[in-house]
Amino acid sequence: MSANLIPILWDSTLQTLYMVAISALLGTLGGLPLGVFLAVSQRGELISAPWINKILGLVVNATRSVPFIILVVAIIPFTRAVVGTSIGTNAAIVPLTLAAIPFIARLVENAIREVDAGLIEAARAMGATPLQIIRKVLIPEALPGITLGLTLAVVSLIGYSAMVGAVGGQGLGDLGIRYGYQRFMPEVMAAVVVILIVMVQLVQSLGEWIAARVDRRAARNRGH
Amino acid sequence: MPGSPAAAAIRFERVGKSFVKKGRPVMAVQDVTLEVPQGSITGIIGRSGAGKSTLLRMVNGLERPTEGRVLVGGQDVGAARGAPLRLLRREVGMIFQHFNLLASRTVRGNIALPLEVAGVPRAETRARVDELIAQVGLDALADRYPAELSGGQKQRVGIARALATRPKVLLSDEATSALDPETTQTVLELLGRINRELGLTILLITHEMAVLRDIASHMAVIDAGRIVEAGATYDIFTRPAHPTTRSFLAGVTGATLPAFIAGRLLDSRPDGPSQQVIRVTFAGTHATDPMLASLATDLGIAANILAGAIEEVGTRPFGNLLIAVDAARAEEARAHLERHGLLTEVLGHVR
Repeated sequence: MSANLIPILWDSTLQTLYMVAISALLGTLGGLPLGVFLAVSQRGELISAPWINKILGLVVNATRSVPFIILVVAIIPFTRAVVGTSIGTNAAIVPLTLAAIPFIARLVENAIREVDAGLIEAARAMGATPLQIIRKVLIPEALPGITLGLTLAVVSLIGYSAMVGAVGGQGLGDLGIRYGYQRFMPEVMAAVVVILIVMVQLVQSLGEWIAARVDRRAARNRGH
Repeated sequence: MPGSPAAAAIRFERVGKSFVKKGRPVMAVQDVTLEVPQGSITGIIGRSGAGKSTLLRMVNGLERPTEGRVLVGGQDVGAARGAPLRLLRREVGMIFQHFNLLASRTVRGNIALPLEVAGVPRAETRARVDELIAQVGLDALADRYPAELSGGQKQRVGIARALATRPKVLLSDEATSALDPETTQTVLELLGRINRELGLTILLITHEMAVLRDIASHMAVIDAGRIVEAGATYDIFTRPAHPTTRSFLAGVTGATLPAFIAGRLLDSRPDGPSQQVIRVTFAGTHATDPMLASLATDLGIAANILAGAIEEVGTRPFGNLLIAVDAARAEEARAHLERHGLLTEVLGHVR
């Protein structure tokens, strides 16, 4: 590989990291509360709002059933309205975030539903409000599951971010398509794939490490 | 049950609870009227599905009665909603069969939770938590997580947590059912000590008669949603009236018929020579009198001892003896025993 490709690879890597980081952050800001709400708002649950629950559930399912590449194209007018353009990393963040929110919401919902109902009962018996139960019981107890869910979401976002490259989103996917595929430079394609693999490995390992740190469900060696 | 309304910590007044299951109404609890005396340890015993859990959960409003009222300290729990209900719940502690501790919090953190919920200032919370940890004997384990504790230790944390807001009533939902017999004893001793030292009223549900024998001053038996018998534990142990109570007692009093007799037991007296099988219960001061000897010396009736045991309810002894006597003289024998303050019950006849 010629030396002048290194800066291009480096720039593309940074662009991918930027898109993934911002969309993961925004996706969590939207997906976490949505997931918590979905987990506690069915009939007879902590915040009983079955109708809103059903409607939000439908919206989440609808968004998740649209193939990502279609979503990117379909919301171009919206993207343009938000960031002023439909190309570049900032434009790519819009569909990435929109895909991340319902995905993260479902993962968070599942993690919250894993929390033993006995803990909710104990907290209710103490006189806790629904909001206190969410903050002090559900989220801390579901944290290992939420962490693993967010790890999965970030890994998916890395894949999606490569896909937006195909529609002018920049980043590693864009590089792979333009240099590796269209200019017949297999070494660029190989480098892109290796970088993506390393990125996913690092994210996965980091996520698992954090999840293990916050998981107090099993006895562990205290080391003294 | 005895006691004026003022002396009752909890009152159930004609309480009923129905819910709809598969489109059909099911009565979980029916027409329950019961008083839990102030400062008592009152136990409700019943099989699974008898409604005892529903009854207990109505005391802190986790379940709402569909009929009647539940009064705690004179306040109608079923009518309370929102903030007043939450305030009421702080006056009622609760412990659980599976402890229900937060895995994400240490012992200290778990005990602090009800205080955080109540908005108690941090410094005050810390002092109170230290006090509670000492009270239940967990000083060495304060910074451990629940996963690192034994069942008995977890229940101590549960008890400390339930006491944090200084409640007037403690509800115990099968608190010892997941523990081994030895640990059960230490947890029951702790509950007894808390009851004496703090004057705390304890209402517990269990399916084990031994738990009631060991710590309950008062008890009630629930069967298919109804209270079938209630009163002082000693009275019910020594003279059970309802068949459900008797079947629960059969497990703990140590006096069960040997199989070779139980298999041959007839309901009515057969023709020809036979023996009547009688349960004799000795209560209080009579528990130690040599009554069978007097049966032989005074009346010349020989009694075969089939099974027997001496038990203690609280600190008062009572005995249970299964005997067989000649059916022709059984009436006479029973009259003699009754005259001397013992209780008798005919179980059947054997040839």
